[in-house]
Amino acid sequence: MKKTYQIEVDCANCALKMEEAAKAVEGVAEATVSFMTQKMKVAFAEGADAAAVMQNVRKACKKVESDCEIFLD
Amino acid sequence: MTKKQKKVLYRILIAAALLIALQFLPVRGLLAFALYLIPYFVIGYDILRKAFLGIKNGEVFDENFLMAVATVGAMALAVYEEMTGGKGEFTEGVAVMLFYQVGELFQSVAVGRSRKNITALMDIRPDYANIEGEDGKLEQVDPDEVEIGSEIVVQPGEKIPIDGVVISGNSTLNTSALTGESVPRSVREGEDVISGCVNLTGLLKIRTTKEFGESTVSKILDLVENSSMKKSRSENFISRFAKYYTPAVCYGALALAILPPVIRLFLGSPANWSVWIIRALTFLVISCPCALVISIPLSFFGGIGGASSCGILVKGSNYLEAMAQTKYVVFDKTGTLTQGKFEVTGIFPEAAFEKQTGKTGEEARRALLAYAAYAENYSSHPISKSLKEAYGEEIESARVADVEEIGGHGVTAKVDGREVAVGNAKLMKKLGLSWTESAQAGTVAHVAVDGSYAGYILISDVIKDQAKEAIAALKSSGVRKTVMLTGDSESVAAYVAKELGIDEVYSGLLPADKVERIEKLLAEKGKNEKLAFVGDGINDAPALSRADIGVAMGALGSDASIEAADIVLMDDNPAKIALTMKIARKCLAIVYENIVFALAVKAACLILGAVGIANMWMAIFADVGVMVLAVLNAIRCLKVSRK
Repeated sequence: MKKTYQIEVDCANCALKMEEAAKAVEGVAEATVSFMTQKMKVAFAEGADAAAVMQNVRKACKKVESDCEIFLD
Repeated sequence: MTKKQKKVLYRILIAAALLIALQFLPVRGLLAFALYLIPYFVIGYDILRKAFLGIKNGEVFDENFLMAVATVGAMALAVYEEMTGGKGEFTEGVAVMLFYQVGELFQSVAVGRSRKNITALMDIRPDYANIEGEDGKLEQVDPDEVEIGSEIVVQPGEKIPIDGVVISGNSTLNTSALTGESVPRSVREGEDVISGCVNLTGLLKIRTTKEFGESTVSKILDLVENSSMKKSRSENFISRFAKYYTPAVCYGALALAILPPVIRLFLGSPANWSVWIIRALTFLVISCPCALVISIPLSFFGGIGGASSCGILVKGSNYLEAMAQTKYVVFDKTGTLTQGKFEVTGIFPEAAFEKQTGKTGEEARRALLAYAAYAENYSSHPISKSLKEAYGEEIESARVADVEEIGGHGVTAKVDGREVAVGNAKLMKKLGLSWTESAQAGTVAHVAVDGSYAGYILISDVIKDQAKEAIAALKSSGVRKTVMLTGDSESVAAYVAKELGIDEVYSGLLPADKVERIEKLLAEKGKNEKLAFVGDGINDAPALSRADIGVAMGALGSDASIEAADIVLMDDNPAKIALTMKIARKCLAIVYENIVFALAVKAACLILGAVGIANMWMAIFADVGVMVLAVLNAIRCLKVSRK
């Protein structure tokens, strides 16, 4: 399953860091962050609960880049 | 400017004013330090906070950390100087932070603006659909809620929200947002229309044939939005590069701060700690990788945006990169280089026919065509359609009688009482007549009148106007070989290839053979040379996906090709291929310019900084200045000269 989320991030490097952080979260099969379109595309692992995983993704991203935001709805 | 950006701007102004005011205050020592801390915190508190959070979260090496260490170091050094009786340079630490923020702000505004420009170029999303209520009033609804088969109304000036069929009304449509083509298209009742076009002149009632999510406009938007997800090698290179680069320069700076003084101590000379620490801090400021990290994705995004304004959709920056290295272009013939529809391209009456009718030249040709068109009047064969189209006049069916179709041969009929036979060579043979072989390739309709051979009409697929120019443009932009694949007969293929100047032709191919051909060509080419396949996408999907880059053209409304291809040309103009290559090359050139420029300036400044020639001010230029220049350069990608 794939989902796209609107995000807010200020710099390209931060977007890269968010991408790395999101990939490392359990339940995420693949994640790409586009700084230009301000979107995060997440492919979830088989059987993962998207909403719960995204909470963790958001936490992980906040950790690497305190200014970023992921809109989860 | 966004709220966030405005806030930064105010902080910059306040800090700058404070810093200037402090230059005129004759304060020294710890009091000066305390006073300078005010602008320093005003301008740098968020950087310090982020650096601190970064350290706490184990994300030590980023540009916030670099800036925090450099400025805190500079401030500490100034305090040390003051305490030991010298004159401390408090201004420097604050100024570095100030300029860093100015650069960041500029970058953020420039990037935000170009992002907006690009998204505006691609803004074809319709906001609403009009549904006629029972009282005849129009109601605006969310296009997502319109079901298949609903009737929607599109007023002049509005976008068509959903794909459908016109059920009433005539109008012209502006398709430029989709195709880059500025000539409006006219539509009338019964014709298919595609979402994303703007209705220009008349009111249209449309029965939707798709849901909004499946409509062309949604497909294209989806494609464009996802395009920046597929990253090019250069982008991946930079993200990998940044990962190793930042820690490397941090350790480099640390070494620069410690090793030389220690060595000096061993050699018995004074350590000069402060000098080497300043050099290390300068080194840190210079090394910030922002210029690269920002400008390269921006360049690709600009290139993709510029291309989409010309009706060229690129599905990812990796394809843009591949397109720039294309050396082989393989074309499908029908629908790509030719129009895929048959037209009369030549009428050749026999001398005997001219004598018989007493007509010559154009008149004789007209007469021959008239016989053929009348005889074929009742046939639905594509050939007869093109004959009637070429004749152009209304057919008076009373003049035709005794029509007989002979399957696989042609037609015989009585036209104005005369015995007319129209068909292929087999028909002529059957009638016991001798015929003239056509000198040109194509489908031939022989005509016999009253039992004698009258001449033939040549019908062939018409080569697109821009095709020749397109091939020439590819050649001049460095494409080594152009190849044409077709399912057609050899004579037709050879003719088209010769006409267009194509290097290699393979004819009589089935779709599977095309893939095989492409595989052979892929095996022949060099490692860094890319092969592009251009097709109209109808049955080329395997070939499109097998080639390094699949280019589908005339994709407007054809979902299959939008999905299979990497680059989609919205209209069917083959000249766009060369344009795509031009855009790709320009974009890549800018990317390399930025990489080389940023790394060269940084390397030079790093060396100068390490040996103490470059001071903090130069370091700020090397960081912020280079970034600004790189961003400005990257924005050039967006501009496409259409020639």
